[in-house]
Amino acid sequence: MSDKNINIKVKVWRQVDANDKGRFETYEVNNVSTDSSFLEMMDVMNESLVQQGKEPVAFDHDCREGICGMCSLFINGRAHGPDTLITTCQLHMRKFKDSQTITVEPWRAKGFPVIKDLIVDRTAFDKILHAGGFVSVNTGNAPDANAIPISKPAADEAMDAASCIGCGACVATCKNSSAMLFVAAKVSQLALLPQGKIEAARRAKAMVAKMDDLGFGSCSNTGACEMECPKGISLSNIARLNREYLVANVTD
Amino acid sequence: MAILNSKIPEGPVHLKWSKYKETQNLVNPANKRKLDIIVVGTGLAGASAAASFAEMGFKVKAFCYQDSPRRAHSIAAQGGINAAKNYPNDGDSIYRLFYDTVKGGDYRARESNVYRLAEVSNAIIDQAVAQGVPFAREYGGYLSNRSFGGAQVSRTFYAKGQTGQQLLLGAYSSLNRQIGLGTVEMYNRTEMMDVVIVDGRARGIVTRNMLNGKIESHFGHAVVLATGGYGNVFFLSTNAMGSNGSAIWKAYKKGAMFSNPAFVQIHPTCIPVHGEFQSKLTLMSESLRNDGRIWVPKKKEDAEAIRAGKMKPTQIAEEDRDYYLERRYPAFGNLVPRDVASRAAKERCDAGYGVGSGQAVYLDFKTAIERLGQKVIEDRYGNLFQMYEKIVDENPYLTPMMIYPAIHYTMGGLWVDYELQSTVPGLFVAGEANFSDHGANRLGASALMQGLADGYFVLPYTIQNYLADQIGVARMKPQEHAAFKQAEEEVRTFINKMMSVKGNESVDSLHKRLGKIMWDYVGMARNKEGLELAIKEIQKLKKEFWEKVRIPGKADSLNTELEKANRVADFLELGELMARDALMREESCGGHFREEHQTPEGEALRHDEQFMFVGTWEYKGENQEAMLHKEGLKYEAIEVKVRNYKK
Repeated sequence: MSDKNINIKVKVWRQVDANDKGRFETYEVNNVSTDSSFLEMMDVMNESLVQQGKEPVAFDHDCREGICGMCSLFINGRAHGPDTLITTCQLHMRKFKDSQTITVEPWRAKGFPVIKDLIVDRTAFDKILHAGGFVSVNTGNAPDANAIPISKPAADEAMDAASCIGCGACVATCKNSSAMLFVAAKVSQLALLPQGKIEAARRAKAMVAKMDDLGFGSCSNTGACEMECPKGISLSNIARLNREYLVANVTD
Repeated sequence: MAILNSKIPEGPVHLKWSKYKETQNLVNPANKRKLDIIVVGTGLAGASAAASFAEMGFKVKAFCYQDSPRRAHSIAAQGGINAAKNYPNDGDSIYRLFYDTVKGGDYRARESNVYRLAEVSNAIIDQAVAQGVPFAREYGGYLSNRSFGGAQVSRTFYAKGQTGQQLLLGAYSSLNRQIGLGTVEMYNRTEMMDVVIVDGRARGIVTRNMLNGKIESHFGHAVVLATGGYGNVFFLSTNAMGSNGSAIWKAYKKGAMFSNPAFVQIHPTCIPVHGEFQSKLTLMSESLRNDGRIWVPKKKEDAEAIRAGKMKPTQIAEEDRDYYLERRYPAFGNLVPRDVASRAAKERCDAGYGVGSGQAVYLDFKTAIERLGQKVIEDRYGNLFQMYEKIVDENPYLTPMMIYPAIHYTMGGLWVDYELQSTVPGLFVAGEANFSDHGANRLGASALMQGLADGYFVLPYTIQNYLADQIGVARMKPQEHAAFKQAEEEVRTFINKMMSVKGNESVDSLHKRLGKIMWDYVGMARNKEGLELAIKEIQKLKKEFWEKVRIPGKADSLNTELEKANRVADFLELGELMARDALMREESCGGHFREEHQTPEGEALRHDEQFMFVGTWEYKGENQEAMLHKEGLKYEAIEVKVRNYKK
């Protein structure tokens, strides 16, 4: 452990609601332990705002162990801050220096409008999944789990794609605000497994149509999404999505 | 006692569920369309129930406080899910899973419910695979298994260290399909504020829209609460920050009885507390105990040198290490159940052998890395090792992990009968929110099993049995119905009361103070004196809350402080009931350890003749003492023994 305390300035985006223009405000936060997580630092900042009778900075967070995907934040220009393969809640203050100014912004994307301060609306992701992110199987339909063997490489690859937490860092990072990595991860996971293969083409088509409909941009293959994905979802999933999408259109 | 009718079907334990299903009432497809079900919470239990109800043809409204149902805290479960498939051919069976679960729960769970859980466990794995859940597989293409605490077979299915995530995303995908089809109406960022009772039956809920503060109510012919556990009473726990006990507590105050509130699981392998600003604790999966060995120094002077930073764990010779679980429990070793492992860690630390801050022990992979190579360990636990390194800034491949017990799960919850119906007709409770299956201690990889069993395979049957005689009940219009309007008014009054305190203490600071009382006196070791003190301290703190709490902002907008205040107001009352239950139970069992009741070796000492019952509490009004009811436990299929993991 690298336990020491630092003093920092947090330049944070404040916005009353969706109609407000919004602005940066800067707060000093002193005596922050470098073993604290970034969100614990935000807690300390908010505690002091409450003590002053001010409204705390609203931000999304929940599990605080990098799996629920609820936390977001653009920190010093990077989704989930200056580290790789983690979410904001797993970022620790040892990544920052004494007397540093840290800029904190919400995800900025047409598909994710700001609700308040650092909280954005990501229900568009749910809507894309409503359109096709599933295997059409009712409870009770299933045969024995070992009835259909699945090769280990396919299962492992499906697992890697399935580890997406739906945080939206890919969209926030993409210069086109594209949701391709998110969509591709789900399409790939299910296309790789025999259970999901049957509906693969239909699924790809429906999800892409919904994504376009919701105002996400197109993919220009810069790979920025992969770089900032806290779960390391591979760009190769987008190639698989494109194949499935092509098949869907050819067979139409 | 007649007040608690558990409605256990007649007959031998292995035929009860079949018999129930054969004779229960059903609802025909045309009538299902006329019946509405409300599901609160979208974790494993809630999402699987909501999706299954909708597939059957019911109209469903589902609610969660997160911005998406996918974020419910089931997502964070790491290690695995149990099932009695016996794919490894190592002697497992439905009976053995049932037996291990009842024994693991220290003979304080209802036998018939646990048997049913074991019975439907296999279908859960089938269902999940069909949904595209990418469980770990062997090279032949078949499913892989590993071991968890309290079992001598390998019956745990897993998806890396993210089994909860994958199972929840499976249930969520089924839910999404139904939302897309229009059979489930989903309400995100919506908090349940109360249950609405009409003529003695649950008929709906009052909610607060967390984006704009709007208070609304919703009608349902039946209401299902699947809102998880109340571990956050302790402030620090492995639960998500938003996990709360408010839905079940508000239901309790409307007449649903609360069972075994004192039964809390303290998980042995969590990352130790780092400082006063700590906001939550992070679990390191129990699966690590398959290959990791737990130890502290054998010599006190070594432990002191380590705490002072003068010595490193790697410098301690093999013969100077005390692998205390292997020493005390040779038959189960590092894979003893959680309550046993947690207490053993506390015992060593209290005796002065702790490392780190003194409140930590080592979880060491040295032997496993030597035996299997680092690559294999990386494959098995890579993401957990990475998570540890990011938090602690130490490489666990080179130096042992430090761990300490933390609050993880609550076995207690709302009382339910065999049908998962609470003492309020029409109010069903599923998953961690109910009390039924884990007794006084839950075994690893059984929470996921129970949540999904309740949602996929139990409620879809039992709720029909209830709804069959509700087909004549017309949908009520909440805006026009007196009971709904009154419930809404009560919620508004409650919120206004909190907002108008305008004190000078933040919600978090009050919550932390509650957490400290709970951890010190209602935590891993409890005694009469401490519990009595805790009750007084909690009452005092509750008074302070209502005099001092400061909630900036407005009630009719997004207000995170108000959300927290609502939950802490309930935790303050729930915490007191937990202390009362712990005080009443003059024995040690599972996670409930009363210092006055232990064997000479320091093991939990049950008093079956006095306490083989479910302690069930009835709300008697504001500032009144709750009333205790007892549901006696009968074990017909299992011989009750002293729980022994030594041989």
